[in-house]
Amino acid sequence: MEERIGVFVCHCGTNIAATVDVKRVAEELAGYPGVAFSTDYTYMCSDPGQNMVKDAIKEHDLTGVIVAACSPTLHEATFRRAGTAAGMNPYQVEISNIREQCSWVHQGDKDAATDKAIRTIKVMIEKARLDEALDPISVPMTPRALVVGGGIAGIQAALDIANAGHEVVLVEKEASIGGHMAQLSETFPTLDCSQCIMTPKMVEVAQHPKVTLLTYSEVDDVSGYVGNFKVKVRKKASYVNRDVCTGCGLCSEKCPAKAPSEFDEGLAERPAIYTPFPQAVPNKPVLDASHCTWFLKDGKCGVCAKVCPLDCIDYEQQDEFVEYEVGAIVVATGYDLYPIENMGEYGGGKYPDVVTSLQFERMLSASGPTGGEVRRPSDGEIPKEVVFLTCCGSRDPESHLPYCSKVCCMYLTKHAMLYKHNVHEGQAYVFYMDVRTGGKGYEEFYTRAAEEDDVLYIRGKVSKIFEEDGKVMVWGVDTLSGKKIEIAADMAVLGLATVPNAAARDLANMLKIHQNEWGFLSEAHPKLRPVESLAPGFYIAGAAQGPKDIPESVAQASGAASKVAALFAEKEYHREPIIANIDEDTCAGCRVCVSVCPYDAAEFDEEKKVAHIKEAICEGCGACIAACPSGSATQKNLTDDQLYKMVSAALEG
Amino acid sequence: MKIPYYPGCTLHERARDFDVSAKECAKALGVELEELPIWTCCGAVYPLVTDSVMDVLAGVRNLSYASRLGDKVVTLCSFCYNVLKRSNNVMRGNKDKRDKANLFLRADTEARERIPSYTHEDYEGQVEVLHYIEMLRDVVGYDRVAEAVTKKLEGLKVAPYYGCMLLRPAKEMKFDDPEQPTIFEEFLEALGCDVVDFPMKTECCGGFQVVKDEDLAASCSQNVVVSAVKRDADVIVTTCPLCRYNLDRHQDKMAEEVKGFRKLPVIYFTQLLGIALGVDKEHLDFSDNTVDPRPVLAEKSLI
Repeated sequence: MEERIGVFVCHCGTNIAATVDVKRVAEELAGYPGVAFSTDYTYMCSDPGQNMVKDAIKEHDLTGVIVAACSPTLHEATFRRAGTAAGMNPYQVEISNIREQCSWVHQGDKDAATDKAIRTIKVMIEKARLDEALDPISVPMTPRALVVGGGIAGIQAALDIANAGHEVVLVEKEASIGGHMAQLSETFPTLDCSQCIMTPKMVEVAQHPKVTLLTYSEVDDVSGYVGNFKVKVRKKASYVNRDVCTGCGLCSEKCPAKAPSEFDEGLAERPAIYTPFPQAVPNKPVLDASHCTWFLKDGKCGVCAKVCPLDCIDYEQQDEFVEYEVGAIVVATGYDLYPIENMGEYGGGKYPDVVTSLQFERMLSASGPTGGEVRRPSDGEIPKEVVFLTCCGSRDPESHLPYCSKVCCMYLTKHAMLYKHNVHEGQAYVFYMDVRTGGKGYEEFYTRAAEEDDVLYIRGKVSKIFEEDGKVMVWGVDTLSGKKIEIAADMAVLGLATVPNAAARDLANMLKIHQNEWGFLSEAHPKLRPVESLAPGFYIAGAAQGPKDIPESVAQASGAASKVAALFAEKEYHREPIIANIDEDTCAGCRVCVSVCPYDAAEFDEEKKVAHIKEAICEGCGACIAACPSGSATQKNLTDDQLYKMVSAALEG
Repeated sequence: MKIPYYPGCTLHERARDFDVSAKECAKALGVELEELPIWTCCGAVYPLVTDSVMDVLAGVRNLSYASRLGDKVVTLCSFCYNVLKRSNNVMRGNKDKRDKANLFLRADTEARERIPSYTHEDYEGQVEVLHYIEMLRDVVGYDRVAEAVTKKLEGLKVAPYYGCMLLRPAKEMKFDDPEQPTIFEEFLEALGCDVVDFPMKTECCGGFQVVKDEDLAASCSQNVVVSAVKRDADVIVTTCPLCRYNLDRHQDKMAEEVKGFRKLPVIYFTQLLGIALGVDKEHLDFSDNTVDPRPVLAEKSLI
């Protein structure tokens, strides 16, 4: 069939026309082989411009359209829609960029710019001559979401998706949802009680009819692709029949074995069979076999089984696997603190009165091990002088981590303030590099701490902390006065850096979600696509993506949820068909494509002994096409033949 | 087993007690420290300038000599160890400086006369610089040291003092955790001592500042010694002649300034090792100490 290509040269006002002789371009190209129609117009993207394209398609029965205008990122979609409206296949409408890549960069040399524009358009004409009519790829959509991580971000995402009418499977590895936010005392800058605002959300998500909550569970395997994931979840053996258990608490009460409480950050003990905290959701215990006398001493003990009125204890219980089909996955795996043991210069992990910021949260919390009174771990005394250290591990590329953990300035300000509310005669010191208060009401909060609560802010770093005569001696420097400072404090609180949750790295690797060098999940675009992963169907929320505070985590979670809801709005998921294709007749089955594909889209067919491309997953990156030794892998509408002719047109003459 | 040994100037002058005790202990552990046939000063301090090759030449030259004898070189003084190790890092990592340094080494006629095996091969940083205590841990093994102990130092409360030069800069020295090191403590445990953990074990003794500003060095040393006294140590052990000097010589002044100060002997770790291994006491000379360690050692029935 003879090609009948239309060329539409846009002036873009004077953006193009001032530098490129658009009339000459249109005239010269009218005579190029395959071109059936050629014209120019002031604003091709305007309604009259688009109508000109539509009319010409019908009038000249065009088989291909080239709009020579701005970058395809701006108006490719516009003109493809126009082509479709006129009865053309949209993938036969191409853009030739003669603005950003020609007129804007060659001002002052009209002849040369015009020649380049003509050449640039010829390249796209060569492409269009061989463009095939393609249909968008449609894949069925399972409107059910998996949310990994039951902290505030995961809970918010699950609730928003569920409230949009879709089913959600929420997986949490700990025995209760709530995450770190449930551990916090009050929240900055409003001093709301963290648990008071958190627990209603925990209950709401657990009781939501659209939400399946799996605690003490981990994602074991994920296969498939957007709209069609298969997820295998491992429900860890809790040795408690949690379906029958009423959470009466008798087993925990009678359990003789003790272990450090994770929820209280090691400041208190919990029994081996335990619910992490009184407001836990679900409020049912799990048995920690690594501390249980029954498991450690070959069946001696068994007290929990004896006292359980409903016979829920099952020492033989095994991990159980459940499978779900889901269409989208939200990863909200949260953060950990940088290990305190890494802060050797502060005696981290060595001195009991040098504590982590989360330990201090537990001390301040009314539900904490000290009932909300600040008492130092070594002897239970009320500390009269407390030093708070920002940037412990953060902003220290030489020895620790280079990035700012973002929340420490604010939570340490809150700590110092709450300490002062708690111990009126006490003195709080905060060593800081800069006090970063970027947030609504944050600067006012900091000012209040310094001015109303007499928190002493010292600009400088602490070099060393050591124990001396029952005190923690803090050596630092005040860089504003240039003086060395020594404080004989009763306690020091380290504002440790936030790092990604330790378990999240394996999960991210399994899901093939990119991470930065510190293990934070990478978003698809740092500004414009902050809640999506590059691979379709994966969304990220909360501190797993980078250090952030509660409102930011909630906002990002809601953002991810709305993306999921939009994805689920259609029964099918449509994708661009500009992807790889493998010619089964020439494929030798060497599997190079399978090994290079970053998306697991290339698959080996054991029966036919050839490779094929899973259309729903292929991103059209071209890796397999470059790697294929037999030339069997090709990109649709970017075939070798097309590229050769395009390059020839570019170099001709 | 023979291991090339670089003593450094101080070990042949003020710190003979360190040199002799170290060699005898090595012998008792089956190691012969083979002193380099010729050697010079290491340079004494690693240069802070980064654009000059002259400043690392002294260290490099000694390393080049060592390379003719073996693949390791052991040293004792913390300063020598610091300079040699960092000079070696330059030879390993900086081709430009390595090439220039080798031009100088080629002109070294004395070496050819004095070391029979000396050839014109360029030095590429292949020698591994070991501190004596690393040799004990990694070549001999602390378990073998413990087995060789004939007199357990039970009841002796020893404060191990690292100073700075072994540990810093940490990325270059790669000796131990610069904030909470343990190599010294593990060594003392092998000898059966009661280890006294004191927070000033990695603070500076004052170093060469003693030449220019004795008061400054004295105040640095005081900080270290007082911390060990407070924790009821019987002795401080060091790995460095200059640390020994600073901590030991300023104690009269400390006694004047600090109420309730108790003088604390400062000895070399090899002297303590010598006692534990039963080395002949003629090799364990404590006469150069300002604060005599012999009374406390005798009190614990160790000498």
